Formats: sequence, C-alpha cells, structure tokens
Amino acid sequence: MKVLAIDTSNIVMGIALVEDDIVKGEIITNIKKDHSTRVMPAIQSLLADCHITPTELDLIVVARGPGSYTGVRIGVTIAKTLAWTLKIPIVGVSSLEVLAANGRYFDGVVSPLFDARRGQIYTGLYRYEGDVLECIENDRIVLSSEWARQLQEKNEPVLFIGSDVVLHKEVFKEVLGDLALFAPDSLQLPRPSELAFIGMKKEPENVHSFVPNYVRLAEAEANWLAKQGEQSRNENSVSSNDSCGY
Amino acid sequence: MNKDVYVLGIETSCDETAAAVVKNGREIVSNVVASQIDSHKRFGGVVPEVASRHHVEQITLVIEEAMNRANLSFADLDAIAVTQGPGLVGALLIGVNAAKALAFAHQIPLIGVHHIAGHIYANRLVTEMKFPLLSLVVSGGHTELVYMKEHGKFEVIGETRDDAAGEAYDKVARALHLPYPGGPHIDRLAHEGSVTIDLPRAWLEEDSYDFSFSGLKSAVMNTVHNAAQRGEQIDAKDMAASFQASVVDVLVAKTVKAAQEYQVRQVLLAGGVAANRGLRAELERKMAEIEGVDLVIPPLSLCTDNAAMIAAAGTILFEQGKRADMSLNADPSLELS
Ligand SMILES: [Zn+2]
Repeated sequence: MKVLAIDTSNIVMGIALVEDDIVKGEIITNIKKDHSTRVMPAIQSLLADCHITPTELDLIVVARGPGSYTGVRIGVTIAKTLAWTLKIPIVGVSSLEVLAANGRYFDGVVSPLFDARRGQIYTGLYRYEGDVLECIENDRIVLSSEWARQLQEKNEPVLFIGSDVVLHKEVFKEVLGDLALFAPDSLQLPRPSELAFIGMKKEPENVHSFVPNYVRLAEAEANWLAKQGEQSRNENSVSSNDSCGY
Repeated sequence: MNKDVYVLGIETSCDETAAAVVKNGREIVSNVVASQIDSHKRFGGVVPEVASRHHVEQITLVIEEAMNRANLSFADLDAIAVTQGPGLVGALLIGVNAAKALAFAHQIPLIGVHHIAGHIYANRLVTEMKFPLLSLVVSGGHTELVYMKEHGKFEVIGETRDDAAGEAYDKVARALHLPYPGGPHIDRLAHEGSVTIDLPRAWLEEDSYDFSFSGLKSAVMNTVHNAAQRGEQIDAKDMAASFQASVVDVLVAKTVKAAQEYQVRQVLLAGGVAANRGLRAELERKMAEIEGVDLVIPPLSLCTDNAAMIAAAGTILFEQGKRADMSLNADPSLELS
C-alpha cells in the first residue's frame, strides 16, 4: 500500500510518501512561496528518491481545508486529478485535524488553528482517545476571543497548535490563564505523514465531486444569498460542512 | 509517413472549464466545454472566486468526457497543452495543476499555451493557415491585432489601451439595462435600430494600430444619463446601432489597413466577439474589396473559449520542441511572443 499525501492548504507545503505503515519520505517547507510552482516538483522528486513511479501509487490523501482558498484548491486539484487518472481512491482530511495530530500525548484537548484575519481563526477541538484522534467540536471560523470564552467553560487544559497561534496567544492567555498551553516551534507545522495515516483510516470519496472545504462561501455568493433573504442556507453550509472524521 | 499527433488541450482561464483532443493540430477529435455563465449571471459578471470553485468541481469530469468522446487512453496522447495565461489567476491555476498532474502521472510532454495564441489557432481547425497572416482577436478581455510571419511566431502590432471591445459592450449593455452578457443583446438590437446618435471614434495616432474604447463607452453613458436628467428616454435600439457602428468602424478600418501594409495572405477573426454579426458583415464587405487576401472566420463554437484551440496551438509548439516542466505556473499577465 503506497500512499501519497498532499497538504498545500496553508503556508506550509507538505508532501509525504507512506508505504505499508513506513514513512518513506516527507517534504515540509514553511516559506511564503508559490505552491503552484513547487508542489509538483516536490512530488516528482520525493517519488524519484523513493524509487516509486506514479502508477504504483494506491491512495491519494489530501488536506482539503480550511485554509487559503487558492492554496487548498491547488492541492485538491492535483490530488483529484492524480486519483482520477491513476484510477485510485482519494481521501480528504481536515487541515485542522492534521495539525491536531501533533498533540498526540497531550493530556487535555487540542485546538489547532489558522489565522482567518480580522481577529478570526479557523479552528476546531480534538482529543486523543488512546491512539485515536477524535473531533469534539467541528471545524469553524470564529473570533479568537469568542473561542477562548467557549474553551473556558470546558475548564480543562487546551493545547494550541499552529504557526499562527502567536497572533492570538495573548487572548488565550488572558481568558484561560494556566489552562492555555502552546506547542513548541517544532510541533507547529502539520506533518504530511500524519495526514497519510489519518487518511488511510477514512472512507474514500467520489473523485469527480471531491471539493475543498472552504468553510466560508465566496463573498459574492454570501452577499447574493443575503440579498435573496436566504441567509439561513448560508449559515447551515458553514457549520455543517464535513471536518470531523466520517 | 509520419505518425498522427494527438494533443489533449485544457483551458480554464475565465468562466469555461474546457478539455479537447485534437489530431495533427487540425482535426477536432473531441471538444468539451462546461460553461459557468448561468452561475455568474446573478452577479452581472464573472466573479473570480466563484469561477475558481466551479473549475475545481468540473475539471476531472470535463477531461474524462473529452477522453471518452475521443475514445483514447492517455497512452495514445503525444502531449498535454494547457492555457498558462493570461486570465484570472485562480482559474488558470486549476487547469495548469490538473495538466501537470496528468503529464506527471503518464510521463507525457507538457506545453504551456498563451490564450490568444489559442484563439488564433482556432482558425487552423477550419482551414490551413497561410503566412504571413493577420489576426484580429476580439473578446471580453482582449482587442489585439496580431501579425504572424510563420507558425508559433506572434507579433502584437496593435492592442487596446484601455477597455477590451467586449468589455465596452458589457458596460454599455448595463447602461441600457440589458442582461449580462450584453454583447449578443446589443448586436441583436443594433440590427433593429439605426445609426442616429453621433458617437466618437478613437483613431489615435495615424500610424497606430492600437485601440481605445473607454471614450466611446463614456460618451454612451453620458448621453444616456443626460437624456434621463431631461426626463427623456434614449431609444435603446438606435443607441445599440450607433455604438456598434462606432466599434465596428474602428476595428475593421484598422484591420484592413494593417492587412494591406503588412501584405498578408490571410486575415483571421478570433475571440468571442467574432460572433458579432455586425462585425462579421462589415469585415466581409471591406475585405472583399482587397484582392488576394482570404478572410477566415471560424464557427462560433470555436471563437468563444474552448480547449480545442489550446490543443491546436499546443500541437505547433510541441512540434517545435517547446516543453514545460513541473514548475509551470499560471501567469495572469503572460505576454504573447
Ligand atoms: Zn478568450
């Protein structure tokens, strides 16, 4: 079983090749550079290093968001095109779930996050039950101050993970005090090998209808729906959208 | 005997997701276009983020359909050609990355194609090109006169300094309260009205083949606005006829002049606005007056954005040995060269 995992949903670019539960290789960069020029060359060189041809792949796993709309589309487009043309299954995993996996031995809940501008974050709440990462609160977009208040009610330690945590650290400290813990730099970046392992446990999806989880509607669409007096549809699609393990 | 060359083309530069297979650069084997126009209508224009989302939803379906209709497998393909630019960057990225994934999966040569080169090569799907030639490319995003001495060599001798002709059509249509996209509506109304309103024609410098349509557009808007202030109503049919006459006058006059100066053997009309009946008729009339120059106007389905034209242009580049690698990127302001 040869699994290729692709994550371009945020600034970090992650590619992993996992074969029969062995991590053969990973490429992770954390630089603000164009994913579009770099992802395919990275996949090409990783497969070449591992002496694996594309036609030998058995499964494609992709981080489907939330994150940068453009970034997540690049990864999803490559993943679904590869899966379709190689006639192999595709599995999508929440980008936040991948990040949460870095909190494996933490005794408490894990809040992975990406900054979503104007005081907002993409986040969800996860917890390891033994070896299994479980989603307790669905992925969402929320003000970090509001999220801190919701976590306070749970009254247990929270591990915040992600390179963008630094932007909201003071808010969490202020509201949660000692219950707020922060992952060290070496654990801030999502690991594409974790993405591969999480994906291997999930059900494949229909390749043609596979799309990113943007969490948000396109702005023009949201405005249009609001004008149509259909705001309820808008809100539904935001909160009920995939995320946690199916 | 040379072996047949099969190229898969992919085009996602604006609001159509398209894939096509072309044989030997001249014969359409399959040609699939999924238009998003119904989705963008409600916004009165193409919304880039919405367009990008639709492309992701459609891309594998459209390619599969093109391959199925061609009854070919990837092993039968000689190359994959994809629109690299210009266009909406988020939209272009979908086609470019899908094309790279396909080229990588099957180890097939990859070729980046300029969108305008594609529009010009749509003509080769109708009749063989005769050099030197001149192409008038008019669409929602472009108004250009391109001179070609030989295959794969493009020289832009004139281009718009502000709005594209198609853009002016859309804006004028909005001022006349016509639905989006406005071009076809203006064309239709123009045939019912008559040229009664005096509107400017931007000829620019005498030796220039450049175009300008923003002054004309403003003149239309001012006339409509001033009439409204006086409580009068401008006759939409006459305004459409007058506006179209002004656009067509300039486009045709410059094209004919360039065709003579550059002594071309062929004039090609390309781009979505080539569907315009007023433009076709006037160009046919004026071109008939000069001897020894063929006028080629492809059918409408090949004038609007499609992937067969990208495959056709890509075939020439493929035969000339041009190749892209896995770092190929979308370039929203790619130059034609
Ligand atoms: Zn076009």
